[in-house]
Amino acid sequence: MAGKVKWVTDIEKSVLINNFEKRGWIQVTENEDWNFYWMSVQTIRNVFSVETGYRLSDDQIVNHFPNHYELTRKDLMVKNIKRYRKELEKEGSPLAEKDENGKYLYLDFVPITYMLPADYNLFVEEFRKSPCSTWIMKPCGKAQGKGIFLINKLSQIKKWSRDSKTSSFVSQSTKEAYVISLYINNPLLIGGRKFDLRLYVLVSTYRPLRCYMYKLGFCRFCTVKYTPSTSELDNMFVHLTNVAIQKHGDDYNHIHGGKWTVSNLRLYLESTRGREVTSKLFDEIHWVIVQSLKAVAPVMNNDKHCFECYGYDIIIDDKLKPWLIEVNASPSLTSSTANDRILKYNLINDTLNIAVPNGEVPDCKWNKSPPKEALGHYEILYDEELAQGDGADRELRSRPGQPLGPRGSRSRDSGKGILTTWK
Amino acid sequence: WAANHKTSLQRPEIKLESLKEDIKEFFKLSGWEKKLQNAVYSELSVFPLPSHPVAPLEHLKEPLVYMRKAQASWEKRILKSLNSMCTELSIPLARKRPVGEQKELLNKWNEMGTDEPDLSHFRPVYAPKDFLEVLINLRNPNYENGDSLSFRTHLGLIQVPLKVKDIPELKEFFIELGLNTGQLGIDDSTQVPPELFENEHVRIGQQVLAKQDTAAAQQYIRQGSPTALRADLWTLILNISCQPEDILYYEQLKTNVIQHDLLVDSLIYKDVKLTASNDDYYFVFEDYLYQVLLCFSRDTSVLGHFTYNSASPPKSYIRGKLGLEDYAVFYPPNGVIPFHGFSMYVAPLCFLYHEPFKLYQMFREMYVRFFFRLHSISSHPSGIVSLCLLFETLLQTYLPQLFYHLREIGAQPLRISFKWMVRAFSGYLATDQLLLLWDRILGYNSLEILAVLAAAVFAFRAVNLMEVTSLAAAEAVLADLSTLKVMPLLQIFLFATVT
Repeated sequence: MAGKVKWVTDIEKSVLINNFEKRGWIQVTENEDWNFYWMSVQTIRNVFSVETGYRLSDDQIVNHFPNHYELTRKDLMVKNIKRYRKELEKEGSPLAEKDENGKYLYLDFVPITYMLPADYNLFVEEFRKSPCSTWIMKPCGKAQGKGIFLINKLSQIKKWSRDSKTSSFVSQSTKEAYVISLYINNPLLIGGRKFDLRLYVLVSTYRPLRCYMYKLGFCRFCTVKYTPSTSELDNMFVHLTNVAIQKHGDDYNHIHGGKWTVSNLRLYLESTRGREVTSKLFDEIHWVIVQSLKAVAPVMNNDKHCFECYGYDIIIDDKLKPWLIEVNASPSLTSSTANDRILKYNLINDTLNIAVPNGEVPDCKWNKSPPKEALGHYEILYDEELAQGDGADRELRSRPGQPLGPRGSRSRDSGKGILTTWK
Repeated sequence: WAANHKTSLQRPEIKLESLKEDIKEFFKLSGWEKKLQNAVYSELSVFPLPSHPVAPLEHLKEPLVYMRKAQASWEKRILKSLNSMCTELSIPLARKRPVGEQKELLNKWNEMGTDEPDLSHFRPVYAPKDFLEVLINLRNPNYENGDSLSFRTHLGLIQVPLKVKDIPELKEFFIELGLNTGQLGIDDSTQVPPELFENEHVRIGQQVLAKQDTAAAQQYIRQGSPTALRADLWTLILNISCQPEDILYYEQLKTNVIQHDLLVDSLIYKDVKLTASNDDYYFVFEDYLYQVLLCFSRDTSVLGHFTYNSASPPKSYIRGKLGLEDYAVFYPPNGVIPFHGFSMYVAPLCFLYHEPFKLYQMFREMYVRFFFRLHSISSHPSGIVSLCLLFETLLQTYLPQLFYHLREIGAQPLRISFKWMVRAFSGYLATDQLLLLWDRILGYNSLEILAVLAAAVFAFRAVNLMEVTSLAAAEAVLADLSTLKVMPLLQIFLFATVT
């Protein structure tokens, strides 16, 4: 099947189009025969919807899984993780071990979250346990920090109360659904500023799970100094790290865009906190990502025509514990600085090299195992097939930068045994 | 110290006959012997060797008259520039803040970066290139090179006859950077199994820290410092201990900042905004830079370093009392006028120290030991003049074709590398590389490595540089050093190039 790859996209971003063109691919429209379609999340809904859905042929690849929202919608992600934890608990897995307070030792990586209005009463019960706590309200279906606000009083969310007679709010409409999570008010601060981590994770298949972590993630800093004081709850520049919000702050800088590379973060943490705790933090981050993928793997439609590049948002607290905030199906491809543009261009480039090997017309029946040289800045985060090949024990050993299996080569982190750092 | 330990000496085991031995033993056991050793070692590293008893004090600062004169006239120029800015803008050099303003500043102490005063009228007092022009015009009036032009003629910009090391001497001086010695920055890369060097090196580093031995730490760090140990090693080498008095002193400086506003504050503010705030690595620490530099300019203890610095603190006079020594004050109080890029001396330290008073102490010590030499005119081997000459000589001797080519197209190499050396490469290299470089500055107690690295960079990019035909194009080839790995460059230049 010779011939150039025919591509379509409904996202007009130069980092995408430049990558297609440099491979000599041919642009076509959606109605023609296409091989590769970089879709927006709205389009993927249509492609796979029961009514209009059409069958993809073997030489067609798309960049989303049909039901990616199991991971990328805030409420569904939490639901799936809770379900996963209960299942592990039921089967007596050591991963589901709890401490004396009933908190999961290894699977407590999502802040306490409730759906509103469905879990309103449960939330109120929890809220009353620590009435001075701050909670963050996020609309389930929105992105870029839209519609998010903080509350520290029950009165601020009265209208989500199910019993409320004054509620004009029709709870069944999923568009208006919110999640409310315990706000992490002790984030790790650097230079007095709050930041979060954006990491890119590529999933080529869910069963068996094969995922890659992009080495060039970054930290997004708030332009204003962090203060947990209640008077600043309304100041979104203090609390939300989304670039879409920070861009409008007075101090936003267009040279560095308030971003730091993950390697800067690592250098800083190792220098000020030491190597062991830093390695442990990064191990935990990888662990969190893999567990979140495993949680949704059973419910994911593992369509062989699909791959997906997620944007993971993680916050680190001042005890160096990582928290998974959310996963984005369509991470922004807009570039806010020159460095950004280069990073995103390379991200797409490396993603395409893995998803569409050799830049040739794809055959979705292939084994989805690219050679090591094609990974670019990606490294294997977890490969279930390889892990299972060496026994169930190895499932715990997915360390990035290390080919899995008995001949694990040198890792950048401490030379200690892998199991000791995971558990 | 004596008061604290008097009681321990009053114990019955201590007898008058063996007092001397007992005290010595006590020193050893209590760790004071080590502390004294470290202190003495540090003093030796900083102060010049004992000189002739009759030599006047200014010879300690700088033995060569023409250098002293040049430095003095440069200082006059800077001060004049500062004073005229003052007059132009009608801003006093110093003023006491009204109480309201003091309160406001105190509240904003941790986020001075968010302040946006109008700094458009302020200009940096000088930039490195202004200083370079002064150095280019330095001449030794006692030196007459009667020979006609020959291969010995120095083709560079610096025309003073100072002694600088050649490569054989550098190889001996930097012997620990040799090919057969393990290095961090080379032998800890992912391809090298850590058992070969890194693990053992880390272990030794931990032992050095446990022993708290300054001299050992200085020797150790020549092979580079493990990231996790660096903050403590630098503290040990510079013999900094954070005593309560030190924290108190820093708080006192902070109070001075709150109470008085200095003109140099605006210069500092502007410098940070122009440099560190725009830097990919250091923008995060903007607020710490103000907290350090504003206090620094009020720290009169810094005046102490002028005994061995060829520079002298600028003097100003209380209004109306010009020329009356009784009314002379040093301005700024620490005697150091910041120039464009000054804040970049502090920025890399923010990766190591996150408590402002610790950061402050480390920066101050680095300044009075090393950085001051990069912007004062002297004959010291680590002074900027010697570094420039060393750089040019290395290039002319070992890369003559390149040197000649660049000179021909009007791109004197020093014009490009000067700013790297003045800033000790801060803001030009990636931070992890910069820290490996500064490890060696501390290890060898010398800034000569800056000149060697500058030459090594030119050697590395020689092929591209040979193709350029203008200064601008040469600058472009050397504009981005952020991907360079310093240790391999240095090692190859010193030890693996045919000379």
